[in-house]
Amino acid sequence: MRFNLVTRTEDSYAVIQTEGYLNGPSGEKLADTAKELIAEGYTKLVINLEQTRLINSIGISILIEIIELIHQQEGVVHFCSLTPVIQRTFKIMGLVQHAGIFPNEGAAIANL
Amino acid sequence: MSNQVNREVILIIPMFPNIELAAAQTAFSLAEMMDFDEDDIDEIQLAIIETCINAFEHSKSEDNRVSIKFIMRDNELELKITDCGVGFRLDHAKPAKIGEVGLKKRGWGLEIIRNMMDEVSIESSDKGTTITMIKRKMAPIRGEAISNA
Repeated sequence: MRFNLVTRTEDSYAVIQTEGYLNGPSGEKLADTAKELIAEGYTKLVINLEQTRLINSIGISILIEIIELIHQQEGVVHFCSLTPVIQRTFKIMGLVQHAGIFPNEGAAIANL
Repeated sequence: MSNQVNREVILIIPMFPNIELAAAQTAFSLAEMMDFDEDDIDEIQLAIIETCINAFEHSKSEDNRVSIKFIMRDNELELKITDCGVGFRLDHAKPAKIGEVGLKKRGWGLEIIRNMMDEVSIESSDKGTTITMIKRKMAPIRGEAISNA
């Protein structure tokens, strides 16, 4: 399954939109992109999962690494447009205590 | 209420990267045919993906294969996922606890599977592991007792 990332930067934040199955290898691609954005000074990130319907715990473990990386930079990361099952999985794994979860990209950006 | 076996499908997959998606796609097709709703189908797919990647990562199976039996009944879909690996001890597979030292990154597979399905049972020995899981249509809210009244 193809996995794509689309990145958009604004003055004070960046949005990464995923498309496809988020597993270990695609999670690493996402982490590399997040690291590049952090190196460019973007410490406020929105990760939009609208086009991702399937995910696994390895992919989510890499999202946790991104959250930790952003927190080390005293930044913030929000996720948006999750399916109900992905949102429940985030809750099981404890992500909801460490990152914002929003129904859509606009709400995520407004709460950065 | 009749709950007889209507159809069975057996899928055998090699332990290749991303091949768990073939199992998830098969589950999608069968669950959709059985009129499960979208969220239930997502839950079944996530449970099967987690079970497969657990087998890929931990079974040390010499034949490098996982067998998945889909059993379709009137009101439920049963999945039996078997590897011929070294097995594991359930008391060594405790769910990770949240917030002890930061975020726990791995070890969530079984916890996720149990949360996604209505019934999960595990048989494991040094000859292999079979995880059996059931998803029912219109299942009661998880954690709510089933009334016999």
